[in-house]
Amino acid sequence: MVKTQTYTLNMGPQHPSTHGVLQVVLELDGERVVKAVPHMGYLHRGIEKLAESRTYTQFIPYTDRLDYVSSMGNNLGYCQTVEKLMGISVPERAEYLRVIMTELNRIASHLLFMSSLAIDLGATTGMMYGFRDREYVLDLFNMVCGARLTYNYIRIGGVIEDIPPEFLPATEKFLADFPAMLTEYHNLLTGNEILYHRLKNTAVIDAKQAFEIGLTGPCLRASGIDYDIRKIEPYGVYDRFDFNVPLGQNGDNWDRYMVRMDEMVESAKIITQAIAQLPDGPVMAKVPKILKPPAGDVYHRIENPRGELGYYIVSDGTTKPYRTHVRRPSFINLQALGEVCKGILIADVVAVLATLDPLMGEVDC
Amino acid sequence: MQEMFGLFSIAKLLREIIGQYVSNPQWVDLFMALINIGGIFTLISLAAVVLVYAERKVSAYMQMRIGPNRVGPWGMLQSVADMIKLLSKEDIMPTGADKWLWVLAPVLLFVPSAAVYAVFPFDQQAIFADLNIGIFYFIAVASQATLPFLMAGWASNNKYSLLGGMRTVAQTISYEVPMAFSILGVVMLAGSMRMSDIIAAQQDVWFICLQPVAFVVYVIAATAESNRAPFDLVESESELVAGPFTEYSGMRWALFFLAEYANLVAASVIATTLFLGGWSGPWFPGWIWFLLKISMMIFIFMWFRWTFPRLRVDQLMSFGWKVLLPVALVNVLITGIGIYTHKLFS
Repeated sequence: MVKTQTYTLNMGPQHPSTHGVLQVVLELDGERVVKAVPHMGYLHRGIEKLAESRTYTQFIPYTDRLDYVSSMGNNLGYCQTVEKLMGISVPERAEYLRVIMTELNRIASHLLFMSSLAIDLGATTGMMYGFRDREYVLDLFNMVCGARLTYNYIRIGGVIEDIPPEFLPATEKFLADFPAMLTEYHNLLTGNEILYHRLKNTAVIDAKQAFEIGLTGPCLRASGIDYDIRKIEPYGVYDRFDFNVPLGQNGDNWDRYMVRMDEMVESAKIITQAIAQLPDGPVMAKVPKILKPPAGDVYHRIENPRGELGYYIVSDGTTKPYRTHVRRPSFINLQALGEVCKGILIADVVAVLATLDPLMGEVDC
Repeated sequence: MQEMFGLFSIAKLLREIIGQYVSNPQWVDLFMALINIGGIFTLISLAAVVLVYAERKVSAYMQMRIGPNRVGPWGMLQSVADMIKLLSKEDIMPTGADKWLWVLAPVLLFVPSAAVYAVFPFDQQAIFADLNIGIFYFIAVASQATLPFLMAGWASNNKYSLLGGMRTVAQTISYEVPMAFSILGVVMLAGSMRMSDIIAAQQDVWFICLQPVAFVVYVIAATAESNRAPFDLVESESELVAGPFTEYSGMRWALFFLAEYANLVAASVIATTLFLGGWSGPWFPGWIWFLLKISMMIFIFMWFRWTFPRLRVDQLMSFGWKVLLPVALVNVLITGIGIYTHKLFS
């Protein structure tokens, strides 16, 4: 009788497809995973602690470094939290610009998701296509704030600057080209038999399990739970737009992929409506130079590309917050990894990591 | 013109020139053999250099990039620069490696990859050894490439390498069977395993027309045999870092690379010989047709690589055993029935 035993494989923190510096300790039986334990903390920078020694305005650039592929959303969440705390109302035009920027950022973020999923499954060309088109969005951001990744564009009380005149035509051109790009991805990736069979019915998270882990965003919606903060608790001017929330059925890798692909279409729809409704006017409210929110605490959440991004700020009435906590969706979504990896193959661990789409900058706040 | 510029006439010319200086005919034979072997090895090394460049340009074209464009005109010397870089790299051996196995693996991998070139018909009568079991020799020798992968995987003292090595064994063994069966269909039609006979049997019609299913099965199995995407589970970068090659650096790694491209050329040559009529074609000398056809096959293999995602290991197994093998078997059966009925009516 041959005796077999399991062995441990350290996947990461230096590994081609752990999306940064994530370490997953895999206990393997041949190629099959018995146990997967994600170890995080390699990118911990103490951002929450840093917030305590920065003024409210100074903290905005730090939020860029959380989920660095959707910085606009991070800016927005933080600024809205402080505005909620201080009772600042934001000019109409700024609200619409915020919506345009965050939705463009959602498209960019989901394109990056698609690209990294493609390369994790070995489809190099799919990655190149995604990155090529994400570039258009980054160029648009470059136009409005001069940065491609860490924007620091949305400020407390509005946005830092009005959009340049060439921005709207460029965005409209992008939106006009976008359906053709999507068709290309669907031809190259979605329609591919190998990709379908790699993703379909693997790493299923059912609705109950997803709810228990606390998944949010596309990962939760892929399990069939209709939970989108833009719909259930509209912030900003989101209640003025007509859009759908794509839902999955099984909660497998394929659904998580398809939900994100469909969300890009909805985001494009929102941007089109926002451009049509965009009013004139100031982009910044009258906000005092030195912010001194009243003592108290506030929690505010928004729908980021990766899920529910929440900021909890405790103010003691001084210029600096007493405590800032960030509810990072990646951190909580990553907790599903250990659950779903039981019994799947090592190749699927990579696929699950890609479809859960954790971003290490956000996991290690 | 076809005759005049063929490889055989060139060899005859060379033989005459050598004959003027060397009187002993056995020495002339020896020189000619050395020239042939040198030619084949030059082809293998040159193929790697050219194909790396070609692959990068093809992938760039498919991904709407430019590709290498800095070294030399249109970046053509990029692979040369890479080769110099690899030669000058430090040779690192991991601690705890099984020294002899580890050192031998890249060399042993290169041996079968080069040995199969002995039976390749480059042109009319230009074949190093026209064995009567030519295609059988190819299958037998090419399958030896499995062992060095396992050696490299085992000896590296690295779990990624070991996993990659194990995958190679599973993959090559599973795909050799349908590949052999697909080749069997051609052999049945040609009635011989000799390469020159197989080409001669295709003078009227290429076997791709008579054996389209076998061609498809062969191309799929050959992609798997040469460990290229979508069957690149052995190195599968996103899971196993680089599989058995993870711990190799410098020239040792380059040998693996050389063998990989030699295998790619070998797979294309066999496809050309068995299904596309080998070197035969009008107007031009045979070797030009041969090069054209293998280039087309290589392009198809590259096209696969830059389009498809990778299969999972269980899908790979079930596809090989449950789809490819039955298809290949049925093809053999139908070919047999076809030959029998053809004989009945003629």
